[in-house]
Amino acid sequence: MTTEVTAPAPPSDRFARAGALLRVRELGIGIVILVAFAITTLKNHHFANASSVQQLLSGAALIALLGVGETLVIITRNVDLSVGSVVGLSAYIVGTTFKHHPGTPVLAGFVLGILIGAVVGAVNGLITTVTRVPSLVVTLAMLYIIRGIDGVIVNAHTIDPEFIPKAFVSVGYKTFLGLPWLVIIVAAVVAVVGYAMRSFRSSRDLYAIGSNPEAAELAGIPTGRRVFTAFLVSGTLAGLAGSLFLALHAQIDVTGGVGYELTVVSAVVVGGVAIFGGSGTVLGAALGALLLNTINQSLVATKISPFWNQAIAGSLLLVAIAFDRWLSLRVARSLLTAEGAHRDV
Amino acid sequence: MDYRPRQLLKGFTASKGRLVTDDASPGSPAPLEPVGAGSPATPSAEPLLVLTKATKRFGAVHALDDGSVTLFPGEAHALVGENGAGKSTLVKILAGVHQRDSGELLVRGTAMQFNGPAASRAAGISIIYQEPTLFPDLTVAENIFMGRQPLGRRRAIDRRAMNREAAAVFSRLGVALDPDRQARGLSVADQQIVEIAKALSLDANVLVMDEPTAALTSVEVERLFEVMRTLRAQGAAVLFISHRLEEVFASCQRVTIMRDGRLVQTALVTEVTVDDIIRSMVGRDLASLFPKTETAPGDIVLDVENLNREGVFCDISLTVRRGEIVALAGLVGAGRSEVARAIFGIDKRSSGTVRVNGEELPNGAPLAAMAAGVALVPEDRRQQGLVMELGIDSNMALASLGRLRRFGLIRRSSERDLALSWAEQLQLKFGRIRNPVSTLSGGNQQKVVLGKWLARRPSLLIIDEPTRGIDVGTKAEVHRILDNLVAEGMAILMISSELPEVLGMADRVLVLHEGRLTAELTRAEADEDTVMRAATGQLTGAAA
Repeated sequence: MTTEVTAPAPPSDRFARAGALLRVRELGIGIVILVAFAITTLKNHHFANASSVQQLLSGAALIALLGVGETLVIITRNVDLSVGSVVGLSAYIVGTTFKHHPGTPVLAGFVLGILIGAVVGAVNGLITTVTRVPSLVVTLAMLYIIRGIDGVIVNAHTIDPEFIPKAFVSVGYKTFLGLPWLVIIVAAVVAVVGYAMRSFRSSRDLYAIGSNPEAAELAGIPTGRRVFTAFLVSGTLAGLAGSLFLALHAQIDVTGGVGYELTVVSAVVVGGVAIFGGSGTVLGAALGALLLNTINQSLVATKISPFWNQAIAGSLLLVAIAFDRWLSLRVARSLLTAEGAHRDV
Repeated sequence: MDYRPRQLLKGFTASKGRLVTDDASPGSPAPLEPVGAGSPATPSAEPLLVLTKATKRFGAVHALDDGSVTLFPGEAHALVGENGAGKSTLVKILAGVHQRDSGELLVRGTAMQFNGPAASRAAGISIIYQEPTLFPDLTVAENIFMGRQPLGRRRAIDRRAMNREAAAVFSRLGVALDPDRQARGLSVADQQIVEIAKALSLDANVLVMDEPTAALTSVEVERLFEVMRTLRAQGAAVLFISHRLEEVFASCQRVTIMRDGRLVQTALVTEVTVDDIIRSMVGRDLASLFPKTETAPGDIVLDVENLNREGVFCDISLTVRRGEIVALAGLVGAGRSEVARAIFGIDKRSSGTVRVNGEELPNGAPLAAMAAGVALVPEDRRQQGLVMELGIDSNMALASLGRLRRFGLIRRSSERDLALSWAEQLQLKFGRIRNPVSTLSGGNQQKVVLGKWLARRPSLLIIDEPTRGIDVGTKAEVHRILDNLVAEGMAILMISSELPEVLGMADRVLVLHEGRLTAELTRAEADEDTVMRAATGQLTGAAA
């Protein structure tokens, strides 16, 4: 047998290489963020300073953190819509604890938030994997249930800043090497989860499950356990985001975290995570969150009506998805012609 | 871009330009006489795997009543039976996907109960499924090593080692696939190669292949057989499931025949004939697999002149007359389906003319082709021919909606009437006419696609791989239907990768090689050797 390679024809080869480059989505988003930043700076010279960069980062941090968990879930071809309500619930319960038990250690505030999120994530994961109800429905229901619980226990009360320990709130604004602790925490989560998603067998299982669920079963991947874990992580990070939300805003009422779930899903998809699972990175998702926030802040800085913000975020989403689709079609087609094969996968 | 054959063809050398069927001829004996092969009576060799009287029920359905098979080291063992005979259930029990209700499984003498696919794999059993089960978003190497990726420091995956090992497996197989490329976009044959590489890298001692050749052409099949020989030489046992009996005789030592979920018999292939096997499979005598009535071809229906599509095929001229079946033969990737698509207008042609009943068809207009009386039954019925979730009636009526319409609305009752009438003519086996087509067996699904197009009463039927993945009984029925159609005056252009089908059914055989017609043979001239030589480009000067 010979082992000669069929060289792909030059044009498709060139395209494949361009495609590979374009597929480094993180790079593309980084460039778009810089461009948006540069244009805004041209219009408003006050935009390019340390404090506005800090603002950009902290403003994106919570969505980026939620995006990390959401990425894990979406990669398995599921979705977690309950994250916004978990942020509200966790922030409120932690705030109430500080109010009624003054002297609660700061760390306990974080642990409590994380635990609350973990419980909700576990419930989401259990219902999804055991009953096999689509996660869209399960987590949408969970979103309303928790919002309802929120409403009952908050009962139009607001936890005011005077009840929140100073040390807890300082996480939101104190900086280390010029970066707010909030941002450092989120960056650390992105780095750790990002590394894990690349390097561990169990996390590669998540990609396999989203890429071809039936094949994943046949390959002996414990799909139920993995999907459960993805929801658990998403819930846990949402719980942590709740604590951080409280630290950042120093107060919490019934509107805390409302609508976050859709922003998070947008950020994740803009960041290059395929909505039908199988591909994407947490770094991309975090950058997607940063991009959405950058555009938001740019509009403010250039005095364009903030109402445009949502329209632009929506357009970005469309562009991102259309671009992905176009790219994968082109790549698939060029591969097909290059091989002279006549079947699609 | 000039046309290139697919890389799988690279392993095919001139000296080996022979058919899979002659592999077992006296001149080329099986390279390895397996230890204890073929004779369960040989007590010296301990069997690798023994499955006895396995049963499996799904609700009220008895999928398997007596699943029994014994595999010895070094043997290739065929498992044959019609669709629904319980082969797939048996495979899934071995794979750990299904848990048997009763029965016994011994692997190297130890009783086993698999609670999942991982347990089966750990016991040294590797399965290649009929439909490739790859992860399109992951790289080729990752697909091979899913769940057992080589680890480096801190239990992190060592990608370099993984790619290196994948490349090593590919070089053992003699193929050149980039381990680091995405699996998305691989051709079916290459996907199959990845599956085989997976099995090889597992060092499995029992390899189960569920119709691995359904999507491959002879050359690729030949390569697969080489892999089987290699594995057997290492003492592995291969359980080979195929509808192509000639492959069974070419590559296996023993054959187990199943019918209606039960073991019928296990025999040495040297002790049985094709007819014996078919009789055991269907439980009755088959009239003939290839019923072919002599017809006198009439007027020209399809007239293709100098058809070109840049980089795919060039200079194709052919005619099909009333009352004849013209077969388009060739290797996968030779451009056969592409020619059909260009004639029908799915793909645009670069130059050339297509006339149907004297009328020239506009370029790239399937609707015009349909209006002119052309029907195309595609090769992939699940993806291109059927809407799997829709009912039998809706699928049958899909190409005739224009006629069934009244005031712009479709009446379910007229769909139903049309479907029932064709279901009867095609002897479709179904529960209720509204049931989704996904509930039908492969052969019956193919009949639905046929019915859908025949309901338009076409004058030219282009049919791509009419019997791929269909059991023997239904295969003969499809052939009989085609034969009746030409007897009634239809013109049929048939694409087939199965040589016996080409030789058995066609009045004329056109052979494509790398996008060019290399031979036009009459029914009398066409034999396996000539067709294969033309398909591999070794027959010169006989162009149409």
